[in-house]
Amino acid sequence: MELLSTIVNLLLMTFRLSIPITLAAIGVSISERSGVINLGIEGIMLLGAMGAVVGSHIFGSALVGLIVALITGVAVGGLYALCVLYFKANQSVIGIGLNSLAAGLTVVTVKSIWNKEGISGTVDQLGTFSVPLLDRIPVVGAMFSDQSPLILATLFIALFAAYVMAKTKIGLRLTSIGEHPLAAATAGIPVTKYRTLAILVGSALAALGGAYLSVVHSNLFVNNMVAGRGFMAIAANILGGWNPIGALLASLLFAFTQALRFQFSYIQMPEQISQIIPYVITLLVLVGIGRKAKSPAKLGVL
Amino acid sequence: MGIRNVPAKAGVGKNWESLWYSLLAIGVSFVLVAFIMLAMGYNPLNAYMALFRGSFGSLYAISLTLCRSVPLIFVGLAVGFALKGGMFNIGGEGQLYIGGFTSAVVALALGNSLPLVFSLPLSILAGMVAGMAWGGAIGLIKAKLQINEVIVAIMLNYIAQLLTSYFVNNHLMKEGSMTPQTETLPAGMQLPTIVANSQLTTSLYIALFMCVVYWFVFRHTVFGYEVKALGNNPSAAGTGGVHTVWTTVLVMAVSGALASMAGIFEVFGTYGRFIDGFSPGIGFTGIAIAFIGQGTPIGIILAAVLFGGLQAGAMQMGLMEGVSAHIDKVIQGLVIIFIATPNFIRYLLHRKGR
Repeated sequence: MELLSTIVNLLLMTFRLSIPITLAAIGVSISERSGVINLGIEGIMLLGAMGAVVGSHIFGSALVGLIVALITGVAVGGLYALCVLYFKANQSVIGIGLNSLAAGLTVVTVKSIWNKEGISGTVDQLGTFSVPLLDRIPVVGAMFSDQSPLILATLFIALFAAYVMAKTKIGLRLTSIGEHPLAAATAGIPVTKYRTLAILVGSALAALGGAYLSVVHSNLFVNNMVAGRGFMAIAANILGGWNPIGALLASLLFAFTQALRFQFSYIQMPEQISQIIPYVITLLVLVGIGRKAKSPAKLGVL
Repeated sequence: MGIRNVPAKAGVGKNWESLWYSLLAIGVSFVLVAFIMLAMGYNPLNAYMALFRGSFGSLYAISLTLCRSVPLIFVGLAVGFALKGGMFNIGGEGQLYIGGFTSAVVALALGNSLPLVFSLPLSILAGMVAGMAWGGAIGLIKAKLQINEVIVAIMLNYIAQLLTSYFVNNHLMKEGSMTPQTETLPAGMQLPTIVANSQLTTSLYIALFMCVVYWFVFRHTVFGYEVKALGNNPSAAGTGGVHTVWTTVLVMAVSGALASMAGIFEVFGTYGRFIDGFSPGIGFTGIAIAFIGQGTPIGIILAAVLFGGLQAGAMQMGLMEGVSAHIDKVIQGLVIIFIATPNFIRYLLHRKGR
């Protein structure tokens, strides 16, 4: 019984830790399918986290905070799309600029509102839900009580994104753009429009992932609270083979290595080792697959 | 426009027009941040005065600015070198961690067992070799497997940072220290300061010397010519007799060695020890430095002093005007975005002209 309870807790923690990475990784997957590498994902998550806290602070509701985060994500994604698609700037450089801008702007904004360096005041946090009756089952009941609605939302988003990418006209066109933009354009597909859409959706999802950290998992903003999860999402997308379900599974794997450390503290796995595993796995898989990697052919080439 | 043809089109090509655009981009960023500060209820004029005082207002301020500029010169050269060869080295952060760490470990292991003339160069060389390996690996994977160098570099950045962090926290931590850092380097190995009571050391001269070497390589050597040929047109360079795979690996290895020097001289100069997580994104800032400096040594030095000054002055700004000291990252981010988007500045000018 105790073992079962431990497993349930481990799984729950895995899911909770995976949400921000998964959301961002799905976003990365969508935009990279269209051939756009957005290294600014880390910064967009950070701005989303801040947007959610500011929204929650002003309107007194974490739900409105989430909406503000989505709007922030779309706005920043729009800026990124404007720079790389319309003004033809280098994608990686703009991404790095965005990360620097976000690291600064979030702390400056928080200080101007709460007059504290690097940490905000507490705001409204998104509530949890319990499934009546099921939550009373011993042990397994933990899976049905006090859960964040975002766990379900994330699963739904992953399935929906996978469906759109694999089965709809939009998804197939996006993929064809990433493989051969010129051919797609010749076939009459509005390449720039589709790429803009992919960037906006990807940024919104990343911002939502950031918002999860600030108003769902906690109730305040802390300097650099995304802490590399954006880059981890980029790795998860690669490991997942550039598709939303793969991205979800890879994010779960990454989160699992973190959860193991928290759940079995007696193993004494150093923090750095559990954090390094995702990058080592991804690099090894990437090098192992080599030329056969399912990367879009024209990734980063506009 | 892709990563491959960065050097030809994205601002790393010297002419007066792009210098003019760079200056405009910097100006636009400062004005924009002034408006942001105004909107948040700060006085931008006072804030910028404080920024200037903190970065160039006194001998101490200038030495602080230069101290911050030194690692930025190294990473600027590193990114600039890779760009000339048509590659994008976003892995500077990992290379400087692995380089700084390796040289610190070798220096601590050697201790005073060898005369200083051997032990100091040996330690520094060890770090550079580690940086070369870390950078060369990216080149090798790119050349042999055609895997995007940006993706590989991201992984290697985290692996380097976490690996060094692991060793410092678990095996090499200075006894009784609260912060994760190694023991202080043997006394003679710490570079002497140039300005008393500052952290500005003779590493400044080494950075400037590397700028001369960089200039010389591209101006007067066959290797420099081959690197540029590879960057301009890889297939033509291949046909012309450049071994493209080998040169790609070599370019990234040299770039990695240059980036590792940023970490090495933070260890031997500024801090006198290896501190876990000592770099506030120096490797990434190097990309901005190389772009703003258009890949030229003079440009890289000027850009490094600009960003070094921003970092030095931001503290003062925070103390004096209540603005968060992180405002420098906002300015830096905007400068990067605007410099990388010359077409936007062109668009602005064009509209005004009508």
